[in-house]
Amino acid sequence: MESSKVIHAIYTDDDVLMAAVKDVRVAKYHIDEVYTPFPVHGLDKAMGLAPTRLAITAFIYGCIGLIVAAAMMNFIMIEDWPQDIGGKPSFSYLENLPAFVPIMFELTVFFAAHLMVITFYLRSRIYPFKDAENPDPRTTDDHFLMEISVANHNEEEITEFLKTTGAVEINLVDKAH
Amino acid sequence: MYTLSNKLRTFSFALIILGFIGVVYGFMSSHKSLDEVKTMLAEDAAHHGVKQDDSQAIHITEAHETHAEAAAHGEESQAETAHAEGADAHHGDAHAEHVQHQIANRPWSALYVAAFFFMMIALGALAFYAIQIAAQAGWSPLLFRVMEGITAYLLPGAIIVLLIAVASGTIGHYNIFIWMDPEVVADDKLIQGKSSWLNIGWFAVRGLIYIAGWCTYRHFSRKFSLAQDLADDNSNFKKNFRISAAFLVFFIYSESIMSWDWIMSVDPHWFSTLFGWYVFASMFVSGITVITLITIYLKSKGMLPSVNDSHIHDLAKFMFGLSVFWTYLWFSQFMLLWYSNIPEEVTYFITRIEDYNLPFFGMVALNFLFPLLILMNSDYKRIPWFVVMAGVVILFGHYIDIFNMIMPATVGDQWFIGIPEISSVLLFAGLFIFVVFTAISKAPLVPKRHPLIEESEHFHY
Repeated sequence: MESSKVIHAIYTDDDVLMAAVKDVRVAKYHIDEVYTPFPVHGLDKAMGLAPTRLAITAFIYGCIGLIVAAAMMNFIMIEDWPQDIGGKPSFSYLENLPAFVPIMFELTVFFAAHLMVITFYLRSRIYPFKDAENPDPRTTDDHFLMEISVANHNEEEITEFLKTTGAVEINLVDKAH
Repeated sequence: MYTLSNKLRTFSFALIILGFIGVVYGFMSSHKSLDEVKTMLAEDAAHHGVKQDDSQAIHITEAHETHAEAAAHGEESQAETAHAEGADAHHGDAHAEHVQHQIANRPWSALYVAAFFFMMIALGALAFYAIQIAAQAGWSPLLFRVMEGITAYLLPGAIIVLLIAVASGTIGHYNIFIWMDPEVVADDKLIQGKSSWLNIGWFAVRGLIYIAGWCTYRHFSRKFSLAQDLADDNSNFKKNFRISAAFLVFFIYSESIMSWDWIMSVDPHWFSTLFGWYVFASMFVSGITVITLITIYLKSKGMLPSVNDSHIHDLAKFMFGLSVFWTYLWFSQFMLLWYSNIPEEVTYFITRIEDYNLPFFGMVALNFLFPLLILMNSDYKRIPWFVVMAGVVILFGHYIDIFNMIMPATVGDQWFIGIPEISSVLLFAGLFIFVVFTAISKAPLVPKRHPLIEESEHFHY
């Protein structure tokens, strides 16, 4: 089993964390991950993460929902069991279209919302009853944890450097893979 | 401080003069003699060739529909239609007279649509402004002077709308509102029942009440906003907050009633319970679009250096979201009436689908599909030329929306977007630009002593 050494630097304030993330990146150390008790605005940009593509998938899912609804209403109301509702011509899709619009809208939202959540779960590798990945339970309360890979750098050098960025606690951890 | 450039002043005057000439031409050329109308109709019928009989029948049915006969009269007009083929001569005359009247209505309606459209932009911007103040929004104070500039047009704009409406029933020949015509009312039980509400005197008084309410708020809000710049405390800010909240209550009632009076009553037999909301959606999105366009214009002149991408982004989000909101109301109104298919209600949409097919469905593309697709991507909401392009289309779409509200009742199938319509738009566009930019040039563009200005300047999404 390969193991790699990482350093856990713990902060108690999101503004200090943000400044630290920027400093660490300037110093060319590699940040593996940051664990926070709440979403920190702008953290993804500061960490240099690629922008999310979730919005694009949401658009695609919405389009799928729209198509499914259109096809479904065609099957139900026109092909399989045409009904005379309010004297509307029952064999014409186009002339009944306004009645299908609310369903199209609902299924567009339904598909976009549900599939987006499922995509998010898959992409984040989380599922119900999964054990938490965060290395320190305090990050679910009021602490912020930055994980930096040691790689080829000197551990002490990094530790000294992190102290200057305002970390309240610095731990060296062997991470088993 | 912004100063109205000579170029812009000249441009607005050119629009006004050009528009005025066109409007005068429109009025001059709208008086056709009965013979001229008959020749015109005969030529029209000849063009349609085989369809002649058909179209005649439709015209006659319609003559009754546009006069908004109630459902009860429907059968009668059907009978007359069948009858028409026999007694062509007499009905030909009646029809020609009807078309003659519609042609005479056209310049009035064109003027009214354009006047209402620009008034509505100012009113929508005023509602948005009041909401920002009442919500104590932190992002928008930088844009307050732009909004105050736009709302300066409300007083002249609303007075013009009311004047045209009243003049059409006094100077004109009942060219917009048929309920103003005593001869129509004499034969019409439904309008008689509504005449305690729909009469010129009470109509004018109500109009003055709305205008007084809106413009009083606008006057004091602007005054407190300017006074806050020079104040040592926040008392003006607090006063502005209070009157804005009160105004919004007044606004939502008066706007609704105004939309029944100034628009819905052109079809005095027809009514829709969500009409006020529908008109509101149109005015709100148009108002915000114009705020965005003017902000981008001033920024491009280097006048609003603190306005950043995030402000434009937020305004574009409003344009996007409210376009969807407009569609929601448009469709809600349409689908219920279409589905229930009750003759006295659905005639409203039958006229629009048969005679106004392109503008009626075209505006859904302009007001919904286009902004939806263009402004969906969050990056595009930050690109000024993209937002400007979407804004121009939205404004055009909402002009068509107002056009669809008024024209079917007044000019029927004799509509066209020609000299009277375009000139009216030019006339009021010129006036709007002149009034708005003059008002913007009267005060510093940044409300520097506003308690939330710091937040607005550093607004970052």
